[in-house]
Amino acid sequence: MWMFDGLSDRLSGIFDGLKKRGALKEADVVSALREIRVALLEADVALPVVKEFIDGVRERAVGEEVIRSVTPGQMVVKIVHDHLIGMLGGDASKDQSAPQLPMDDSGLNLAGVSPVSILMVGLQGSGKTTTTAKIAKRLSGRDKKKVLMASLDVYRPAAQQQLVVLGQQTGVTVLSPIMGEKPVGIAKRAMQTGRQEGYDVVLLDTAGRLHIDFELMSEVAAIRDVAKPTETLLVTDAMTGQDSVNIAREFNEKIGITGIVLTRVDGDARGGAALSMRSVTGCPIKLMGTGENLDALDVFDAARVAGSILGMGDVVGLVEKARDVIDEQEAEKLAKRAMKGLFTLEDMAAQLKQLRKIDDIGGLMGMIPGMSKMKKQMSQVNVDDKGIAHQEAIILSMTQKERRLPKLINGSRRKRIAAGSGTSVQEVNRLLKQFKQMSVMMKKMGKGGGLKGLMGGGMPPGMMPGR
Amino acid sequence: MSWFDRLKAGLGRSTERLSNGITDLFHNRKLDQDTLDELEELLIMADMGVATASRLSKALAKNRFDQDITPQEVRAALAGEIATILEPAAKSLEINPAHKPYIVLVCGVNGSGKTTTIGKMAKQFRDQGRSVMLAAGDTFRAAAIEQLQVWGERAGCTVVAREQGGDAASLSFEAVQRAKAENIDVLMIDTAGRLQNKANLMEELMKVVRVIAKQDDTAPHAVMLVIDATVGQNAHNQVEVFKRMVSVTGLVLTKLDGTAKGGVVVGLAEKFQLPVYAVGVGETIDDLHPFDAKTFANNLMGID
Ligand SMILES: Nc1nc2c(ncn2[C@@H]2O[C@H](COP(=O)(O)OP(=O)(O)OP(=O)(O)O)[C@@H](O)[C@H]2O)c(=O)[nH]1
Ligand SMILES: [Mg+2]
Repeated sequence: MWMFDGLSDRLSGIFDGLKKRGALKEADVVSALREIRVALLEADVALPVVKEFIDGVRERAVGEEVIRSVTPGQMVVKIVHDHLIGMLGGDASKDQSAPQLPMDDSGLNLAGVSPVSILMVGLQGSGKTTTTAKIAKRLSGRDKKKVLMASLDVYRPAAQQQLVVLGQQTGVTVLSPIMGEKPVGIAKRAMQTGRQEGYDVVLLDTAGRLHIDFELMSEVAAIRDVAKPTETLLVTDAMTGQDSVNIAREFNEKIGITGIVLTRVDGDARGGAALSMRSVTGCPIKLMGTGENLDALDVFDAARVAGSILGMGDVVGLVEKARDVIDEQEAEKLAKRAMKGLFTLEDMAAQLKQLRKIDDIGGLMGMIPGMSKMKKQMSQVNVDDKGIAHQEAIILSMTQKERRLPKLINGSRRKRIAAGSGTSVQEVNRLLKQFKQMSVMMKKMGKGGGLKGLMGGGMPPGMMPGR
Repeated sequence: MSWFDRLKAGLGRSTERLSNGITDLFHNRKLDQDTLDELEELLIMADMGVATASRLSKALAKNRFDQDITPQEVRAALAGEIATILEPAAKSLEINPAHKPYIVLVCGVNGSGKTTTIGKMAKQFRDQGRSVMLAAGDTFRAAAIEQLQVWGERAGCTVVAREQGGDAASLSFEAVQRAKAENIDVLMIDTAGRLQNKANLMEELMKVVRVIAKQDDTAPHAVMLVIDATVGQNAHNQVEVFKRMVSVTGLVLTKLDGTAKGGVVVGLAEKFQLPVYAVGVGETIDDLHPFDAKTFANNLMGID
């Protein structure tokens, strides 16, 4: 996200010349649509899907009244955001025609004579095995189902072993691997065991395969015919690029998928693949993986992914996380001082301390709308977790006077500070330079009203973090 | 099938679409702004990213604007441009025998192909007559150790391992000690997959580096970042952060046998100036090949 700015940043300039009220005209939105297109492409939404999306937005935006207190830019962002949530499947359940089926709250279809089976498919390294264990844990824990897992991956070294270990970790039974047994055979044995031993659900983890590998795609089709799964889940990495449409289309055509699981949503990828795959297959995204922990599996959250695709950040998640770690009063004080151009080394130390409390600075910064630009600057001035402890030490080795008046810090003082903090003169020099850069940045932030201003900047109403 | 054929077969579908697109675009047309915009989009579809795609289409515009240009000319010109960008990146990992063991740290996000690449590369070093030792530094993922052990057997080299859940840094320490004691030529250290925005996991990786450097201040001699070609623009974040944190010295691009074009590597090469040590084109031990700029560029543009 460091590379590009979010959509709201992109759009903010476009509508400057536009008057505040009246209906949006085609001509008004044309340039906005261009920006939206670029933003989506940068988020790895596949081009054909971008086009479809743009057409939808144009239709919705033209003629829309711009309501008072909202700028046309904010209005368009809101339309885009809503349309995106719609396309991602905010109302996906509506086009699923069988609401009376016994589904758990993740929307997994478990209707049928026990045991029902869930078939996990996807490319190599997409996260199938971990996701299998997570779903098993969820179904056996929350939903009190009797679950059996089986690994059909006879290709990747130690893949079967991996599932056995995950079974031990989750307390879910795993079908004992038999040396030399073929995937279709394993599937048969798993279903048979499931029937004989009274399991509710059998989870079939398959080997990763390329959608163009004819042999392996035929194999998984044969597995499907044996197991007759009620769910065939395509497991996809959230960082997948433009190829997502090909992957989804091929898996859907050759095997017939019923849902998508998006993995590694806790990374900093924008996740455009979600939109591409949803739109190409028409299949709902049912679940998302949000961490390596076996509990880190959530029901798909269209708003969160929409925010990430648009580079607007996960405002809700941000506010929750920020509330946990950031001392609000302290932050407020800093913002006020910054606004007045009163940023000192002491403030910088205070800020570093706040940052250090966040174990995941990159992630948090990425969640803050409008912050992508700042994140870039921050990484340029090396405010990363690596340097923070050192930087704090340097500032703490200064006298109070030096902290207030950095101009005082001449060569000999630098040497003393370096020795006192266990760093080098170069590091002290770097810190002072960073401080200068940060002061400038803070002044700029100040103009927008500090952190609060940044978060509010360009956001449509209702998306502002409520206090 | 040669790896070139495989690569081509894989790239085939997407290349076909890309070059069909270009053919449509330039059939009986002058090179104008609309055409260039569409061309830019086609490059974006190859995962090149907006910045690189726009740079490439602008380069084309510079001397050809308003001229009639055939689809073949466009393709050749673009392939040439891409090859020029990629040329400096085509450098295999050279083992410097002055360092014994020559220590290679392998890192990357989850599932990118680290362990497999280690197995393949170990085999190549073995074929060059070097002694190789592998260190099972992924102490987190279930059965990661067993996976590396299988690759060790396939490649014919010792694997240093401890129990799952142990400390990766102390395992690496032990591996360096053993490699030294046994006079090993190359030590390859596998690590757990980690997302680059996880500060604590990145810190853990930095600790591995520090522990290695303590025993040999020139080490690690190479830090290899393994990237999945299916990944889109997030590859930029991956390189940027891993490079900053653990001084990555080169990349390996895996899964080029799929339909993903790996076009992101063009932007990566341009921006980070890191060599691409090798490309992965399949799951067997021989499916690792040197990265060739011209072949890659030509394949991308559908030129034989
Ligand atoms: N088709 C194809 N598959 C590959 C390639 N390289 C690796 N794979 C597969 O990708 C999957 C993941 O590879 P690993 O080597 O386990 O990846 P890793 O980065 O070590 O994964 P973690 O340790 O779990 O983070 C395996 O199924 C590999 O067989 C490649 O070049 N082409
Ligand atoms: Mg591994």
